[in-house]
Amino acid sequence: MRERGWFESAETSGRAWKSGALAPRQETHAGAGFSPTGPQGLKAIASRRRNAALKGPLFHGVARPWAILLVSLLANCAVVCAHAQVTFERLVNSAKEPQNWMTYSGDYSGKRFSGLDRINVANVHTVVAKWVYQTAATGKLETTPLVVDGILYATAQDNRAFALDARTGRPIWMYQRQVPADIRPCCGHVNRGLAILGDKVFLGTLDAHIVALDAKTGAVVWDVVAADYRIGYSFTVAPLVVKNLVVLGVSGGEYGVRGFIDAYDADTGERKWRFYTVPGPGEPGHETWEGDSWKVGGAPAWNTGTYDAATNQIFWPTGNPAPSNRGEGRAGDNFYSNSLLALNADTGKMNWYFQFTKHDEHDWDATQVPVMLEAGGKHLIAQANRNGYFYVLDRTTGKLLSANAYGKTTWSDAKDADGRPMANQNASPTLEGHTVCPGALGTTNFMAPTYDSQTGLFYVTARDQCDIFSTAPQPYEPGHAFYGSAYFPSEEARPYRGFLKAIDPATGEIKWKFEHTSPTWSGVLSTAGGLVFSGDAEGNFIAFEAASGKVLWHFQTGGAVYAAPMAFAVDGKEYVAIAAGSAVYAFGLP
Amino acid sequence: MFRRWSVGLAGFVFLGAAAYCQNPLAGDAKAAKAGEYEFRINCALCHGLGAHGGGRGPDLTRAVKKHTHSDADMFQVISNGIPGTAMPANGTNGQGVGMTDEEIWQIITYIRSQEVKAPPQALGNPGHGKELFYGDANCSLCHMVAGRGGRLGPELTSVGGSRTREAIIDSVRNPSRRLAWGLTEATKEFPQEYESVTAVTADGKKITGVTLNEDSFSVQIMDAGEHIHLLEKDKLQSYQKSRESAMPKYEVEVLSDKELEDIVAWLISVGAK
Repeated sequence: MRERGWFESAETSGRAWKSGALAPRQETHAGAGFSPTGPQGLKAIASRRRNAALKGPLFHGVARPWAILLVSLLANCAVVCAHAQVTFERLVNSAKEPQNWMTYSGDYSGKRFSGLDRINVANVHTVVAKWVYQTAATGKLETTPLVVDGILYATAQDNRAFALDARTGRPIWMYQRQVPADIRPCCGHVNRGLAILGDKVFLGTLDAHIVALDAKTGAVVWDVVAADYRIGYSFTVAPLVVKNLVVLGVSGGEYGVRGFIDAYDADTGERKWRFYTVPGPGEPGHETWEGDSWKVGGAPAWNTGTYDAATNQIFWPTGNPAPSNRGEGRAGDNFYSNSLLALNADTGKMNWYFQFTKHDEHDWDATQVPVMLEAGGKHLIAQANRNGYFYVLDRTTGKLLSANAYGKTTWSDAKDADGRPMANQNASPTLEGHTVCPGALGTTNFMAPTYDSQTGLFYVTARDQCDIFSTAPQPYEPGHAFYGSAYFPSEEARPYRGFLKAIDPATGEIKWKFEHTSPTWSGVLSTAGGLVFSGDAEGNFIAFEAASGKVLWHFQTGGAVYAAPMAFAVDGKEYVAIAAGSAVYAFGLP
Repeated sequence: MFRRWSVGLAGFVFLGAAAYCQNPLAGDAKAAKAGEYEFRINCALCHGLGAHGGGRGPDLTRAVKKHTHSDADMFQVISNGIPGTAMPANGTNGQGVGMTDEEIWQIITYIRSQEVKAPPQALGNPGHGKELFYGDANCSLCHMVAGRGGRLGPELTSVGGSRTREAIIDSVRNPSRRLAWGLTEATKEFPQEYESVTAVTADGKKITGVTLNEDSFSVQIMDAGEHIHLLEKDKLQSYQKSRESAMPKYEVEVLSDKELEDIVAWLISVGAK
């Protein structure tokens, strides 16, 4: 019944624009003819549009208020009617169309930076809620919406995906794949978003399917299975489209899966390559696993990587070795768990790897978004890692350039010859348990960071918490949780503290920090308006001055924030969106 | 590997077919061991290693439990949580991964294997404890039990059922200790921490009390007269928060060990109802 109601409303929404009497305008935000040069371009076009419309022959003799209304209607229709194909070239050149947000991180570099500046330091205090879309899902919303040419595409819990009119929040279509009753994905029935290419959007599901949906209708175009959910494989990741491939990594580090990163043909769903993050017999790195431990070695790849078109390399981070809290039985470095992998986008062959935490026993997945930066003529990649260190690598070679703690850490007091922090004698969990910082949740986790090239700062949500890590033998049972132990919050570090931190990647120095009331799971967005947006566990969505960390605006959403913000524009109007509680919110100037 | 999985699946189907009124694994030592792994992952955060109770969850080794009597009750409580308490539904506490029916039965088998059959010996005199609570010890000025008492401090009707004797004694002798720890992620739905606060409003009015709720921009304070103040932080002249409890530290000179045992005995007797 609910589904039917849903489609009825979608149809109503569809009629509203399909039956419009006005012809589409020639000038649109999308398509090859439009190439604004950043936010200034967008402003210029908006201004040109206003002037031209009011003086043009169409409006001869039309009273001014009517003219404005007509212009507004024309512009609205233009955006929605001209649904252009998303090409790989558009994805590579996404900076040229800041009104759109076409990948999980907003661009291939992972910066989560919006070139829009209509909402800025001077006016953000006037920002109001424009619409709220209720997903009817329960649990944590971790989605980052995509917006392409006026349509917003996002996901919600329990294998939901939907498309909205980005101006109004009114639904266009909704898709939901039945969740098997016996599924138990770790950490909630969550999903972090879609990828888009051509006229299709791509969803990874909790039961380890990859589904291509028609972007206009939500109809299934193809549906393939990557692995068996009953033994712990699932997808929560937002896929990344590269050329004609849909790339995504699997979840399941809590179940002793053998992790992998897959690439599927966007047209057919045919799998083009798979990179196993745990090497099998005969493969380099296999010797870093004791006995048969590689078979259940984990190393999932559940967060979205980045892509460097110049070298055709995908940078994809990997998670913890399994069992997460017990190193006994898997002696060795456990390649390629907790690593950053540089893969050839066409073949999935590995060019280089860098392992952040060797032989991890604390569940410190290195799955944080790796962000591509340019500095001093060098091509860099930076990651604020769950283990508490901020790493900068040369992304051409994978060589470590620096590693600096950005939160409370106790597990390392020495670095190896490469400069990599190494675990000290006291870091391993014991049967009785002992305290290590950061705790199992990490200094940061899946929450997306942002890099703002205007301030040169890297912004990340961080927490100071220490846990008591205990360990105990646990036999592997297919489909059963495989932790090898438990962890408990340690009293030594209480109360736990949560921050938004601005890190200078050149030095690792914390330039400013804002302390939240309690630790939060929100990601961070930076914009050309000199702003940084993030949320908190108490339900606030907050705008900060990027340079100083000063709070400039906040809104109470009524639900804890687990998602990362993004920004888009329609008809020259900028919006900032965030998922919180069970809803997606869009904010803009009054 | 697949063969092992098939066996597990068959077992699961069999269990699924059974009605949820009887534990199909009751008394099975192997199931109890498996349940211990699951308990560590899913339950020990609040209920402590060995199920002896933690700062938040009750001691489950007690044979008499407040919310559950039969294994079927326990299955229901683990699956769905207990509304109005910090006990979450299976798979929603942000810690473990959620359990299958089979794993829940394993946990119940484990808990049963840990139970101490003798009821906890009340060391004190509950009748005298009640007198003290409402009388000379002044507990009821701030704490309510069964609808009688004050509102400034935590409501204590069920505390005897959900906290160990040792935890209650510690809270009276060292009221600031647990406050200093703060809340854990899994208990965020109960945001009240009873932090002590002092706020000075724009017109110079000083408000002292405990927090009912707080975020980065607003705070709700109850003062000693049980008045609730709803304040926006950016409109205050000053705002200071302390993790020193508003509750006085009850030293032995003020409240003897015997008297404290009497109060605890009464709270346990009320909490068990």
